[in-house]
Amino acid sequence: MTRTVVRAGGLTKRYGTFTAVDAVDFTLEENRIYGLLGRNGAGKTTVMQMLTGQIFPDGGTLDVFGREPAEHADVLRRICFIAESQRYPDSFKPSHVFTAAPWFFEHWDAEFAERLVHDFRLPLNRYVKKLSRGQLSAVGVIVGLASRAPLTFFDEPYLGLDAVARHIFYDRLLEDYAEHPRTIVLSTHLIDEVANLLEHLLVIDQGRILLDRDADEVRGSATTVAGGRAAVESFVADRAVIGRESLGGLASVTIDERLGQADRIRAAELGLELAPVSLQQLIVHMTGTDLRADPTEQEVAA
Amino acid sequence: MDESRPIFIQIAEQVENDIIEGSLPEGSQIPSTNEFAAFLRVNPATALKGVNRLVDDGIVEKRRGIGMFVTQGARARLIERRRADFATEYIRPLIIEAEKLGIDIDELAGLLRAERINS
Repeated sequence: MTRTVVRAGGLTKRYGTFTAVDAVDFTLEENRIYGLLGRNGAGKTTVMQMLTGQIFPDGGTLDVFGREPAEHADVLRRICFIAESQRYPDSFKPSHVFTAAPWFFEHWDAEFAERLVHDFRLPLNRYVKKLSRGQLSAVGVIVGLASRAPLTFFDEPYLGLDAVARHIFYDRLLEDYAEHPRTIVLSTHLIDEVANLLEHLLVIDQGRILLDRDADEVRGSATTVAGGRAAVESFVADRAVIGRESLGGLASVTIDERLGQADRIRAAELGLELAPVSLQQLIVHMTGTDLRADPTEQEVAA
Repeated sequence: MDESRPIFIQIAEQVENDIIEGSLPEGSQIPSTNEFAAFLRVNPATALKGVNRLVDDGIVEKRRGIGMFVTQGARARLIERRRADFATEYIRPLIIEAEKLGIDIDELAGLLRAERINS
């Protein structure tokens, strides 16, 4: 029943000798909220720029709403991309941005935009260059929400937005998404804050997709086991270890496993503490250089 | 929301608790998926999964175009299920901790009785 909105196969982008996006395959299904997560320079923005037709891929196939996005106005009209540092002409005021928006977005809801302006306390008639960093981000967030584009990208949309403003963004996003379902891609470093909003996760690192799974499957899929080193090591033997720390005779090991009742009882009998791993911690483990630098050492140690 | 388990399971358990405690009587309407999503700040698809779990278990039923309602007999079935899990979920960890502290079964029973009187 769900339609595929984006289909990427072997998608590649190189800058000189640097491969920013390395033959990635993924699909985006209609009316889902995706989290595109990864470290700085992982390739998140490059992927989004290809999907929105701002740059051309160097290899692979890309299909957005049934065709290549670049230079196809009928595709681009259905896409809204909010960049991390969106620029506007110096002579612009937020009111100009919102007046121009309906020319580009056929589903633009001016009333919703007005409500958001009020929520974010955005001064409509101040020149863009006089706005604070957070107010400028609010302009982007308002455009992204009120455009109701069938495919909306938010690339780190909240530079300078305070905690209250970010929660307004999350609340309005959920409310409006519930009433007007659409495909949304949220790229962010604030993983813990948005974790519960996401239906599906794409984790990208060094130009490759590390994880492509439903958020519900990932949540609670890893566990940290802590306690005496010997007990911890015997417990995690034969399990997939994704992180390891130790202090004197104590060890704390993260395993890529959801523990069942029997394992929990055994851990308790061994005097071990079990702690859930948040999505953010899990991604730190997955994309941390210390672990990726020498995976064989981890296996030897295990 | 607790990080260690899928949110949809936690949503289902929250509704189950409300049914067991009586704040959601049999025959009453439960909040809509979108209401759950907005209130808990979670993705509506996640909330829907939680509600569907309750439907699959026969705890709530869909009435077309109206909403979701707690089924007759839901409370008794939930209590029966929770009782079956009680030993592994609560008693076993209690015994392990008691053994660690050198509390034997008789002393533990005495502590349970004393706690019951105090509370």
